[in-house]
Amino acid sequence: MDRQGHILNPHEDPQLPKELVLKLYKTMTLLNTMDRILYESQRQGRISFYMTNYGEEGTHVGSAAALDDTDLVFGQYREAGVLMYRGYPLDLFMAQCYGNTSDPGKGRQMPVHYGCRERHFVTISSPLATQIPQAVGAAYAIKRADANRAVICYFGEGAASEGDAHAGFNFAATLECPIVFFCRNNGYAISTPTSEQYRGDGIAARGPGYGLLSIRVDGNDVFAVYNATKEARRRAVAENQPFLIEAMTYRIGHHSTSDDSSAYRSVDEVNYWDKQDHPISRLRHHMLNRGWWDDEQEKAWRKSSRRKVMEAFEQAERKPKPSPQQHLFSDVYREMPPHLRKQRAALERHLQHYGEHYPLEHFEK
Amino acid sequence: FPAPSGRVRAGRRLPSPGGVTARRGLARLGVAPQVTVRDALNQALDEELERDERVFLLGEEVAQYDGAYKVRGLRGQEDHRHMGFTGIAVGAAMAGLRPVCEFMTFNFSMQAIDQVINSAAKTCYMSAGAIPVPIVFRGPNGASAGVAAQHSQCFAAWYGHCPGLKVVSPWSSEDAKGLLKAAIRDDNPVVMLENELLYGVPFEMSEQAQSKDFVVPIGKAKIEREGTHVTLVSHSRPVGHCLEAAAVLAKEGVECEVINLRTIRPMDIETVEASVIKTNHLVTVEGGWPQFGVGAEICARIMEGSAFNYLDAPAVRVTGADVPMPYAKILEDNCIPQVKDIIFAVKKTLNI
Repeated sequence: MDRQGHILNPHEDPQLPKELVLKLYKTMTLLNTMDRILYESQRQGRISFYMTNYGEEGTHVGSAAALDDTDLVFGQYREAGVLMYRGYPLDLFMAQCYGNTSDPGKGRQMPVHYGCRERHFVTISSPLATQIPQAVGAAYAIKRADANRAVICYFGEGAASEGDAHAGFNFAATLECPIVFFCRNNGYAISTPTSEQYRGDGIAARGPGYGLLSIRVDGNDVFAVYNATKEARRRAVAENQPFLIEAMTYRIGHHSTSDDSSAYRSVDEVNYWDKQDHPISRLRHHMLNRGWWDDEQEKAWRKSSRRKVMEAFEQAERKPKPSPQQHLFSDVYREMPPHLRKQRAALERHLQHYGEHYPLEHFEK
Repeated sequence: FPAPSGRVRAGRRLPSPGGVTARRGLARLGVAPQVTVRDALNQALDEELERDERVFLLGEEVAQYDGAYKVRGLRGQEDHRHMGFTGIAVGAAMAGLRPVCEFMTFNFSMQAIDQVINSAAKTCYMSAGAIPVPIVFRGPNGASAGVAAQHSQCFAAWYGHCPGLKVVSPWSSEDAKGLLKAAIRDDNPVVMLENELLYGVPFEMSEQAQSKDFVVPIGKAKIEREGTHVTLVSHSRPVGHCLEAAAVLAKEGVECEVINLRTIRPMDIETVEASVIKTNHLVTVEGGWPQFGVGAEICARIMEGSAFNYLDAPAVRVTGADVPMPYAKILEDNCIPQVKDIIFAVKKTLNI
């Protein structure tokens, strides 16, 4: 698609059915709405931290739609749209950010570090690029199991500079693993622009050095992302070899709530991408062109998606936090060791005596 | 053309001298066979690979160093992509396999330590139990002979520090085989700190220890020698030095109780406490550096527990010298605890 949503080359139109295209659009916009609300909630001190996905929604849903539901996803931290596409509900996103009692992660991880076993989305881990060799190891395990499954591993162009990335690429090739490496080249690694990140021809050009078939796509064109991921995934599984996709996009938001990007880039630059080349706008133009969407539906959807997000948000705020007696000491090991059992029992006794001095009403009983 | 390194193996081991048939033959004669630590490790790996198809080996090592290694019998180039294959092993564990990840030495694990700690150790907790990591990291730890500072560090304290990991440190062949099997069968990440100088050392192995289901429980120390005057607590190679010191001291009428910790984390402090309550004196012996070491932890826990009231003298730690390991032999010899150092410490604490 071009920026006005017109298909450039009909042979490359994936010809996705209307419901799927609507799902892509609604996922991107719902994510965008959720991002706005949760970013604000951090600013208001309600959650400790947040990372938005502004501008990169196309890379998430385009790739997610091209995968099988059981394909294993290793993300970096800016791939919430993949999880949302797979049906992760709003209240669980919120529960994780709030660390409340509904959080399947039991309040263990900082916000946006989602994980969902049922949806084959590995819990996000903070250290950069460590997921890359891990994804390869998982792909190796999957290859041994001879299942029709692939692994997709997302990372940014900054993480690609880490040593783990080099090792991961090389091992994927030498071990012949069914893995798709998906690089979100969004122009910045916190404050480091790509001009300072590398001097070579981006990330895609590194692939052939490892023996990886590689492609560069317009990350803001959902259909292009879909096409590339679909083909890479098909061949990765059929031929047991890795693929590298570099999706060119732009990080419209700050790196995180701990960052103020006006310190290192101009507002004009950000506005340019926001107004001229946004994956959501481009898909909307396409849908309008085809008569699959109109201003009325847009208004109605914006209203209903915002309401859904606000409802989930208010509920998440009100829910109590996980109980320390139950969740402070569990999962350090598969079985709770004696010294932790003792400490938990000591905590129980302490709370029995002195519970009234603690704000126990904020915690699950 | 250089050989590819970092190979993954899930195959048979190379035959080693004095193979299985010979050992079983000796056992039938009622003679407990002598098995080297290396062979015991190979036995364990063989048996577990056969028992569970999810178990596989990953890593690389130098095939020969004065004949000391040859666990697994792999040839490979020295390769410092340890970050790489460690991450791959962790990912494979997350996806349901049970990797045994070998480090050429634990010194090289430092390059990969983020994967070991931030990924392997913490993931079960951080994922609230959704992602277990049933992985074993094994390899030689601590001082060897003439390999200097960057190849001689003991990591017992570093790994023992971290919740989420289990850390074992075998001394004898029985320890090596039993703990490795236990580690592989354990659903948690386990770090197994072996010792290069012990690989070629033969130990008696009972018939029971030869069986395919012989497992040494993680978290239980073993009393290698009973005594009444002083408790010596140690792990890995220094256990042998403690026994030598005990033999010398016995001639002078001092009976040492020698405890082989076997597991660093979770530490079996109960066995140490029971012993100190009996002997009233404690000496810890380790190859690692003194600050924040295994001995420091033992002393802290003894002080926190019931055994404190039974101490007749402060506990004494015998440790490696607080310097990076030098290369020259005479310097190196004086940097690790020797039998005479242990004897000296015992006499000091007994005031004799």
